[in-house]
Amino acid sequence: MFVYLDNNATTSVAKEVLEVMLPFLQEEYGNPSSMYEFARKPIKAVEKARRQVAEFLGAAYDDEIIFTSCGSESDSTAILGSLQALGTERNEVIISDVEHPAVFNLRKHLERMGYTVKVLPVNKSGLVEVASLENVISEKTALVSVMYANNETGCIMPIAELTEVAHKFGALMHTDAVQAAGKVKIDVQKLNVDMLGISGHKIHAPKGVGALYLKRGTSFRPFLAGGHQERGRRAGTENVASIAALGKACEMAGEALEYEQTEIRRLRDKLEAGLLAIPYSYLNGDREKRTPNTTNISFEFIEGEAILLSMSDKGICASTGSACSSESLEPSHVLLAQGLPAKLAHSAVRFSLSRYTTESEIDYVISEMPKVIERIRKMSPFWHEN
Amino acid sequence: MWDYSDKVMDYFRNPRNMGELEDANGIGKVGSMACGDVMYLYLKIDPKTEVIEKATFKTFGCASAIASASILTEMVIGKKIDEALKITNKDIVEALGGLPQAKFHCSVMGSEALEAAVNDYRGIKPEEKEELEGKLVCKCFAVTDKLIEKVVRENHLTTVEEVTAYTKAGGACGSCKEEIKEIIDRVNSHPCCQI
Repeated sequence: MFVYLDNNATTSVAKEVLEVMLPFLQEEYGNPSSMYEFARKPIKAVEKARRQVAEFLGAAYDDEIIFTSCGSESDSTAILGSLQALGTERNEVIISDVEHPAVFNLRKHLERMGYTVKVLPVNKSGLVEVASLENVISEKTALVSVMYANNETGCIMPIAELTEVAHKFGALMHTDAVQAAGKVKIDVQKLNVDMLGISGHKIHAPKGVGALYLKRGTSFRPFLAGGHQERGRRAGTENVASIAALGKACEMAGEALEYEQTEIRRLRDKLEAGLLAIPYSYLNGDREKRTPNTTNISFEFIEGEAILLSMSDKGICASTGSACSSESLEPSHVLLAQGLPAKLAHSAVRFSLSRYTTESEIDYVISEMPKVIERIRKMSPFWHEN
Repeated sequence: MWDYSDKVMDYFRNPRNMGELEDANGIGKVGSMACGDVMYLYLKIDPKTEVIEKATFKTFGCASAIASASILTEMVIGKKIDEALKITNKDIVEALGGLPQAKFHCSVMGSEALEAAVNDYRGIKPEEKEELEGKLVCKCFAVTDKLIEKVVRENHLTTVEEVTAYTKAGGACGSCKEEIKEIIDRVNSHPCCQI
């Protein structure tokens, strides 16, 4: 059996989404900037997608949506584009300790530009607390960037409350919502954020497309300069097929939210209960305030890469917080930030479901995982039965 | 996804000589759980002939750490200890049909575990061993100048990045990178240090 439980890494392209894309890869290949009838369908497709994304995010105006090439581009565009427009009077940026590398690794870049970057801690449950922002924000703060939902634990951050604090001090608020999209209802007007980014391939659109919500009136300089596309805010010929795909994917994700919140949550909870029944396994991250599709569990005494490869032999795909699975030598900065000892961070496995995950897949994983864990534990010098 | 050789995957899936050895008279324990890998090597050495009769392992770590330990046990069984000590991390990498560079440290752990097990057999206590091992260079991953010198010499390393791939030294806070560079330069500028 093949079971894909790594949907926070990437997702399959939905059949309906692929159908929307195909005409623009084949017969309707016109450039939306061209001045003839042949370009009309591509133009209409891009504008329809803009409407779909705006609706999905609860934006007041379609022109608040800028299409990008991915979540990372959305983040860089938001952060660097808005800072450039602000000038240097305010020279502080605040991010959280559990940001995705797309934001976390901009830190050094920002420091080279002369900004002081302050990092908000998370509590034991992996959540950013509003009080910690209140402690460090000042009139010198230009921008606050805190992710909506964490990619490893699924923890949902109090974005509306953080935004209120940021605005009280006259700072801009950005949130990377790549992992929140399709899992929780996003409403940019209620959140009142100035900028919010999403990525297509996490919600069943293809890789290579993303979007940035930029609230009207937010000062901004394009990150990618050149042509007039996207009202001069993002140069480059529109990726029509993928943009149309993102629109359709957002529409479908919006319709599936209820299912995600009930059925996927039920399956996730079932999986989690099954895995936590394995001795010496622990849940990482807040049990309540997290996305309904994600569970992150440490299996003590063993290392994550060995677990993943052994799972892979059973056809099960997931990911780990261990250093060994990446070029980095340190385990997940997200799990360390919430105070998890390094040995348990190395033992962490993340399972992430999608709306295409079935009950029989979950049952299979629940029945196979105890064997996988037992096999690896037998090799560990720290594991002693009974 | 690492591009592991078929041999690494085979030793990971079907580890040879895995488990504790009841009658071991030399046990080498290296690595730390915080760093992500720990290797225990158990040796049963014939005191008369100094031949390694049995060798087993236990590993906390990734597939390449498990495979390195497992293949090492096969490589040392039947060898006299002095002969076995000549096995370098490079030999382990070769026996495994290659390792991704970032995983070379797993093979280095293998040769460290072997040395530690022989020291244990010879009654060299860990305190004395630390002195033999030299000065601590990388505090994050507890790597000494002696180990860095050894891998630089045996593998003809020339860059700090390579040393990090082999020993992890410099891979976390990075504050020892200057010192690692000095060690590389020192080893490479002394012909007598090279084998």
